Amino acid sequence: MAQETEELAGFRAELRDWLEENCPAEMRDGSSPEDHTCWGGRNWVFESDAQKAWLNRCAAQGYTVPTWPREYGGAGLSRAEEKVFLSELARIDARLPLQSFGIWMLGPALLHFGTPEQKAHYLPPIARGEVRWCQGYSEPGAGSDLASVQTKCEDKGDHYLINGQKIWTSYADKADMIFALVRSDREAKKHLGITFLLIDMRNEGVSTRPIKLISGVSPFCETFFDNVVVPKVNDEGISAVVGTVNRGWDVAKYLLTHERSMISAMGTGLGGARPLGAVLKDDLDGDLDTSLRAAAMKAEIDSLAIGLTLERYKDMANSGQGVGDASAMLKYVGTELNKDRHELMMSAGGSDALEWGGAFGDRPADWLRTKANSIEGGTTEVMLGIVSRRVLGLPG
Amino acid sequence: MLAESARGFLDEKAPVKHLRDMRDAGKTHDPALWKEMAEMGWAGILIPEEFGGVDMGHAAAGVLATEMGKTLVASPFLSSSVIAATALKQVSDARAGEALAAIASGERTYALAIDEKSKFNPEGTEMPARREGNGFRLSGKKTFVIDGGFADRLLVLARTGDGLTLFDIPADRAGITRETQSMIDSRDAARVVFDEVEATGEDVLGQVDDAMSVLKPALEAGQAALAAELSGVAAGAFGMTVGYLKERKQFGLLIGQFQALQHRAADLWCQTEVTASAIAHAGRMLDADPENATLAVSLAKARATETAKQAVIEGVQMHGGIGMTDAFDMGFFMKRARAGAEWLGDYGYHAETVARLKGF
Repeated sequence: MAQETEELAGFRAELRDWLEENCPAEMRDGSSPEDHTCWGGRNWVFESDAQKAWLNRCAAQGYTVPTWPREYGGAGLSRAEEKVFLSELARIDARLPLQSFGIWMLGPALLHFGTPEQKAHYLPPIARGEVRWCQGYSEPGAGSDLASVQTKCEDKGDHYLINGQKIWTSYADKADMIFALVRSDREAKKHLGITFLLIDMRNEGVSTRPIKLISGVSPFCETFFDNVVVPKVNDEGISAVVGTVNRGWDVAKYLLTHERSMISAMGTGLGGARPLGAVLKDDLDGDLDTSLRAAAMKAEIDSLAIGLTLERYKDMANSGQGVGDASAMLKYVGTELNKDRHELMMSAGGSDALEWGGAFGDRPADWLRTKANSIEGGTTEVMLGIVSRRVLGLPG
Repeated sequence: MLAESARGFLDEKAPVKHLRDMRDAGKTHDPALWKEMAEMGWAGILIPEEFGGVDMGHAAAGVLATEMGKTLVASPFLSSSVIAATALKQVSDARAGEALAAIASGERTYALAIDEKSKFNPEGTEMPARREGNGFRLSGKKTFVIDGGFADRLLVLARTGDGLTLFDIPADRAGITRETQSMIDSRDAARVVFDEVEATGEDVLGQVDDAMSVLKPALEAGQAALAAELSGVAAGAFGMTVGYLKERKQFGLLIGQFQALQHRAADLWCQTEVTASAIAHAGRMLDADPENATLAVSLAKARATETAKQAVIEGVQMHGGIGMTDAFDMGFFMKRARAGAEWLGDYGYHAETVARLKGF
């Protein structure tokens, strides 16, 4: 490690003391499986008092969204301070206090495109884990070709009337609100008639149906809108549209870059994960065979290099350089790596890993789940298309 | 800044054609070009100012190496200014200082004589330096001594009893025979035969039986800079290839319109970006925490080797027949990528290092 500035070292020391005092012992198992994630929301049931205390203490400090401005529930940390924050959490293996699509996706989009009133209204409840959001993007007829969304949005004076269907809405059945792409102008070119709309899931006419995946779990839903009335401004005078009517594609694209960066981080084993080869060696209770070891070495090398690339791009973004289309690169390499890693883990697990909930627990389900990584948020093929056209300037 | 100014100079003085002309003339070294590089401070990029260097560090050396790689510049930069300079910096005596000053000014060149077999394996060095009286006698054969055909001095790794010792001796000392190798990449390399070559305690760089405390930092500096050069090789080949995809027509279409080629080109760009991160990280680690840079360096060399390979293979394939011709430059990139892959440890060597440091 390079020498830390005095200021950062001071922040680290303070933070360490704060964590010592405030992070409950039960929350110091950060490498635990996904089903311990705290998602928050109106209907959230805390798995323990410790989970609740950890969320509330972090939220009070702004540590659920450390880089957001203080006025919106964040801690206003710089990028360098954020790195310190994450490394100190990793040091004691602390769980993240809260994860959500509000934090990963809607928050960054609102910070960029929202009005001051929208930010003040929507961001703090996300930071405190009080409102859980889901993402209404894909439709049965609009997967990779996202801009062809057809969910109808009619202007009825003081409200919009919504009819249509979304699919692959993650945790829609558990969400309080949805940010959705809707077709507000059927005459315009397809990218130009889309509006980015915020809809309360409690509205009459909104219903959800979980989709069971090959992994046996149902993180995704179909979401139906049947004559749903969405007031243009809510009771507190806050607009339901982010950005401009019919220009929702700009917001959608911006948000996708955040989603892609988030998904790309999955495969890198960042955040204190053990090296893949060591995991495999333990699984086999002995040495890896030649081909497995060679594959594990490659995965480890790629994992480290992709992790460094994520850091490099975060630094670039932080210093004001646009990374936009390059997020397609991060998404592509990160998700393909994650699939490779899980293939190797299945291979090391042998027949023991073929049993649902067997000796390797969730491993088969996790392996199957990773197959969606290179589909969700834009497929690998869409990512390569973005790189070839927008980064390399190859002809269409 | 450094990259742009280097690019400007190299495009004028050392485009790929310069290497081609040297090859056609049967030359592997251009002393006039090296003199100009030295005048710009490149030869002393790692050398302290008190010895006439500019002391800009390993990250900056990587930037220069990358730019040199883009046009396949043949120079003693890696052997002398990165590897030998780093070795000499580990020793603080007057002779080392004098040697550093001579490297920085460009008047003295070095070559590193390690390999005895076809694969890099410094710990497995067998060539003995037998003790005799107050000194040593070196006997044996070294191969793949990069820049060994013209270098003024040699850093020679030899076995002394139980340990390894690094000697710094003039290349024309009695008993040394140099046999130039005709390399695929048109760069300089030699087999060097040592026939009862005398060396004294004065010729030992660092301590007897402890070569690695001097050599390890030098090798890591060289590996990181070579990785950077290979990333430049990849970038040079890739730039030509993307340009060709935008101008070559077949079946009435630009070949860059074919999705099969678009996706392979896009994948290659993604790999070059990932590799660039590993290379930048290696440079930073060598500057900030050189004791703990091994993982970062091996990561960079492993990634750079693979990315350069992918770039030149795709480069030839996407150019089609013309890519196979000697008149076209792509072949030079392919041959340099292969030589760079082997020098200072191939992919397997560095992947093993990563695995070992990661506990498997």
